[in-house]
Amino acid sequence: MSFDINLTLESIPRMLGGVGITLQLLVVSGLLGLGLAIILLLMRLSKKPYLDWPAQVYIYVMRGTPILVQIFIIYYGLPQFDWIRSSVFWPILREPMGCAILALSLNTGAYVSEILRGGVLAVDQGLSEAGAALGMSKRHVFIYVKTPIAIRIALPAYSNDVISLQKSTALASTITIADMMGIARNIVAETYAPYEVFVSLAIIYIIFSTGIQKAFGLIEWRLGRYERRNG
Amino acid sequence: MDSAEMPLIEIQQVDKFFGRFQALKQINLEVRKGERIVVCGPSGSGKSTLIRCINRLEAHDSGSIVIDGTELNDKVANIDAVRSEVGMVFQSFNLFPHMTILRNLTIAQRLVRKTPKNEADKVAMHYLERVKIPEQAHKYPIQLSGGQQQRVAIARALCMRPKIMLFDEPTSALDPEMINEVLDVMVDLAREGMTMICVTHEMGFARSVADRVIFMDEGEIVEAAPPAQFFENPENERTRTFLSQILTH
Repeated sequence: MSFDINLTLESIPRMLGGVGITLQLLVVSGLLGLGLAIILLLMRLSKKPYLDWPAQVYIYVMRGTPILVQIFIIYYGLPQFDWIRSSVFWPILREPMGCAILALSLNTGAYVSEILRGGVLAVDQGLSEAGAALGMSKRHVFIYVKTPIAIRIALPAYSNDVISLQKSTALASTITIADMMGIARNIVAETYAPYEVFVSLAIIYIIFSTGIQKAFGLIEWRLGRYERRNG
Repeated sequence: MDSAEMPLIEIQQVDKFFGRFQALKQINLEVRKGERIVVCGPSGSGKSTLIRCINRLEAHDSGSIVIDGTELNDKVANIDAVRSEVGMVFQSFNLFPHMTILRNLTIAQRLVRKTPKNEADKVAMHYLERVKIPEQAHKYPIQLSGGQQQRVAIARALCMRPKIMLFDEPTSALDPEMINEVLDVMVDLAREGMTMICVTHEMGFARSVADRVIFMDEGEIVEAAPPAQFFENPENERTRTFLSQILTH
């Protein structure tokens, strides 16, 4: 078989037309997921069973099921309920984009909360004691001592999750969304040339992942100043 | 009783358990203002637990601990009051690694005492000069030697103007050549009349500075005596064994 370079050159600009949607999926779900993760984290750290337990069950379910299944349940499943169709959330759930963002946020929130929890638990207990001995309240210790260090510790794992989320956005194409993946599938349906089209798409995704990795590398370097002996 | 004679620290019949393990057994101890106590004993004897009970890093299970008239119990207000009078220095320094030295010294002043920034900075620089490292103010802890970090930790505690200073094996994590620079700061502090309880095995320090040396074993205070008597004529067999073990070299 031959590799049709012209087809590649033609399809790349078309697929890049979906960049906006892909970025929107990534950024909006990333931020919403992070917000959800922080809420779940605080629930888990509260040591109150009525907060900790629901958070644990939630994380267990979201991590235990495929994200594609979650997207389908939300997109195909929820509209079957009359009360959902008559609720205030319907304008969002009616749209594939709303469903995709909801599913991605709910999914990444579960993972990220565990990443953040690992960071918090890894902070040296002695630092909390030092804060307490200085008269600082638990709240102060959490905000000024634990959180900044936990963020530094959790950052590499978190950047991993963002990269993973970026690639999960491609699943949104299964519910009619014309992100880069969705456009690629349309091109393949027209041209019967999956090889050229998907290889080109893979290259685009790699470029994006590289950008995310570089950005996080920079943040890690900035936040890690205090870990370097010579400035 | 005259308030000058009232003990600053009053510990009565204190027990402390970790699960089934009894870390402190019926501890009684009174410390007057300005007194310098050295606590020694084998590892696991309860000496760290004892001083950690004094600022409620550990909660005692029975008996009473009264610090400068405030009883330590579950009341947060009481705990806060005691912690604002009691400074502590840890074996592993426990400086906040993500803050500069200056910020390490000002954070609690600003959050707990609500001291304005420039005043907190002044206090911090004052104590950094006292521990002889003002030039390190804008560095991060990792950029300092162990001895310097421990001096910063002492300065950090002093910034809160405590009435009592607790030292939990402050030189145990240091390389030998750095021990003296930390002990020197502690000796200065003792000379100025600070009430101190030091868990340490630096017997030279105990001899020259302590008013009383306390030996603990298996959660009990086995012996408490002025250093001359403690080192020359220990009454208890366990004290003699311990001293012979650590003073052989």
